[in-house]
Amino acid sequence: MSSNTWTTSSKAPGDAGIVSKVLFYLLLIIGALVSVFPFYWMFVVATNDRGAVFHIPPMLTIGTEFFHNFQRVLERTDFFQALLNSLFVSSMVTISVVFFCTLAGYAFAKFEFPFKNALFYFVIATLFVPSQLSVLPTYIIMAKLHWIDTYRALIVPAMVNAFGIFWMRQYAATAVHSELIESGRIDGGGHFRIFWSIAVPVITPAMATLGILNFMNVWNDFFWPLVVLKNSEHFTIQIALQQLFSNRDGLDYGMIMSATFTATLPLLIVFLLFSRWVIAGLTSGAVKS
Amino acid sequence: MAEPVTAVPPVSAGKRPFWTEQKRSRLTAYTFISPFFILFAIFGLYPIFFTIYLSFFKWDALGPMKYVGFKNYDLVTSDPLFWTSFTNTLIMGLMGTIPQLIIALQLAVMLNSAMTRFKKSFRVLFFMPNITSIVAVTLVFSTMFGNNGMINWLLNQMGMESMAFNSGWWGVKIAISTMVMWRWTGYNAIIFLSGLQSIPLDLYEAARIDGANRRQQLAYITLPLLKPFIVFVTLISTIGSLQLFTEPYVYLGQSGTGSTRQEGITMVTYLYSEAFRNGFFGTAAATAVMLFIITIVFSMINMWVTGRMEGDAGGGKA
Repeated sequence: MSSNTWTTSSKAPGDAGIVSKVLFYLLLIIGALVSVFPFYWMFVVATNDRGAVFHIPPMLTIGTEFFHNFQRVLERTDFFQALLNSLFVSSMVTISVVFFCTLAGYAFAKFEFPFKNALFYFVIATLFVPSQLSVLPTYIIMAKLHWIDTYRALIVPAMVNAFGIFWMRQYAATAVHSELIESGRIDGGGHFRIFWSIAVPVITPAMATLGILNFMNVWNDFFWPLVVLKNSEHFTIQIALQQLFSNRDGLDYGMIMSATFTATLPLLIVFLLFSRWVIAGLTSGAVKS
Repeated sequence: MAEPVTAVPPVSAGKRPFWTEQKRSRLTAYTFISPFFILFAIFGLYPIFFTIYLSFFKWDALGPMKYVGFKNYDLVTSDPLFWTSFTNTLIMGLMGTIPQLIIALQLAVMLNSAMTRFKKSFRVLFFMPNITSIVAVTLVFSTMFGNNGMINWLLNQMGMESMAFNSGWWGVKIAISTMVMWRWTGYNAIIFLSGLQSIPLDLYEAARIDGANRRQQLAYITLPLLKPFIVFVTLISTIGSLQLFTEPYVYLGQSGTGSTRQEGITMVTYLYSEAFRNGFFGTAAATAVMLFIITIVFSMINMWVTGRMEGDAGGGKA
């Protein structure tokens, strides 16, 4: 398989044999099916009764039990409360990240100041420090501040991040013209005013991408919320989902999947609507290297 | 920007020459970047040093701290469970990462080929797994990896024995590596694809004129020019696989509280349970420090291996 695809690559459509062409598309389609099938399967299990998961041969048709299954989710957890909690935390973090990262990225792109490059490399280097190294003391700080089991513990440490600064700097460096800033200065505009009324309108697309990416990351975050949140009223959606996965009365997969599907759907819609931006943002990390 | 326009500070109150345009813009820049450094100092830098400090103390996070020297490190390294978590992490890291990178490279080359239509749609489809939360991925795959689940049915159809994916030593590792692979293969393929697209087409043109066959083009053009991307992707995957936590924690934790069962315990799971289950913050800190050192060592091995790749790129390593 390997040598075959290597050899057909970068050939013009005309000179590839029909057999290799079929094989080529077959592999790509298999890849796409493997990527998409779990989403479909999630929906199949969510809409069938609880025995459907272990049906032999596997059941692949969509059923009608979705609302029954989802009913049982609501009996066990405050699902919508958890969704709202996640929405709140993700929105607060995202607004803050977009604001502070844009500000810092703009400064790194458009200002001259001592140690600029060293500071920027420092920002990049922090990306490679594993977060587990700081989990324990951060937890202790949160305990000292009495922030355990509050959203502040989730929001405050995440308010600005290195990736966002890197991403905004790359974009601002080319999108914002220095002459515009200078003429703004000569007209007597303050630096923040120039940032707000000249730079921000030009770099909005990059801010939007950063916002979507960040929202998805915070929405999907598991480790830190697991450590910090104690009371089930405060659980984010990921913790609530994990709590449903319980043996108590036999695993009720119809119920679990109806919740998982409902929790995944909003992100899936956001992704499909903005897929170009999301992909551009998520792969930009590689471009710098 | 840096031109010090002499004495036009229109908004400044006292127009002393001290408050020049240059100084003002420097101060602004430092103010703009300061939130990151303040936050990192509190929740990044200080915790790192405190973790190292903590690893020499015995502490339950409540009572007084007691200095114990290297005892925490002795305790951790003589705990068989730590070594189980270490080998588990490595095995699942290798099983999840190596096939993933090879398939990703393969997919990227196919997507990049002139023959492929619907490139954009394929890109979106391959990317979809990556936006799903790890918890959701784990829950979905746990339905497939059940004892009477779909995967075992498939194995039986192909004439193979069923596997105990939720309790066997290898079964659990295969299940978890599959989840990791599913979530990341498409992502890495897209990164490789953006790398492939950055290679100028006339290089291939020139090579073809010089009589280079496809294999030689691959060995002398594609792989060397793709190298930075390969280095990046392997590095990120290695660091990520050393930090594996959510998949095993959720997958094996069918009691609703998460689990540290031996088949799937990883180093981060070990750290988590030392600190937040057992209340041994000292040994947990020692584990964190060791995890960090292991991360650095593996990153360096990684760079070294991928750095050598150029030499034997024509060989089997694709």
